Amino acid sequence: MPRLSLSHFEAALVFSLFSSIVLGIVTKKTDRERLRYGLRCFAYFVFSIFAIGWLMYLGHG
Amino acid sequence: MANTVAAVDTAGAAPGKWLPAVALAWLIPGAGHFLLKRNGRGGLIFLSVAVLFLLGIMMRGPMFHPQTGDLLTTIIYCGGFVGDLANGLFYFLAVWLGYAQPDVAGHVHDYGSKFLVAAGLLNILGMVDAYEIATGKKN
Repeated sequence: MPRLSLSHFEAALVFSLFSSIVLGIVTKKTDRERLRYGLRCFAYFVFSIFAIGWLMYLGHG
Repeated sequence: MANTVAAVDTAGAAPGKWLPAVALAWLIPGAGHFLLKRNGRGGLIFLSVAVLFLLGIMMRGPMFHPQTGDLLTTIIYCGGFVGDLANGLFYFLAVWLGYAQPDVAGHVHDYGSKFLVAAGLLNILGMVDAYEIATGKKN
């Protein structure tokens, strides 16, 4: 089995992508709504990654 | 009123109606949706769970084993074990074929461990979705 090493940012992006896909599938009723919700979830995840990252950076001093 | 009626109908649904789809969804992620003829959604759930699980294994993420002690230890280890177990056949194959890694220090192993649990939690969402489709609560 090949060994894989992801950075924290890459791991967070991969997690965000697949979580958004499943959240979009299970929460909405039409394909259009699922796509929009999945994209919105992914955008929220990415925004949170940067926002919390900067918060920790600035809070750490 | 309509919600109440729907809830009563769902609670009264015979296990024979939803159990095969939910059991199959647990064993093979997305398979419950295939059984219910929702192939596209089943395929996406399978892809998402399989890729996260595979990445977790490739990052040498350790599996959780149930462990009790103080409250936090119990929640983390028992919860993590349930999350791992929710991967169904992927979990059993990884354990039987020797891909379950020992717990070692390192941030990549730690991410891998979380990927394995996250894959299981996403599969639980897929199982709930299969249940709702099987009982007619959702199309």
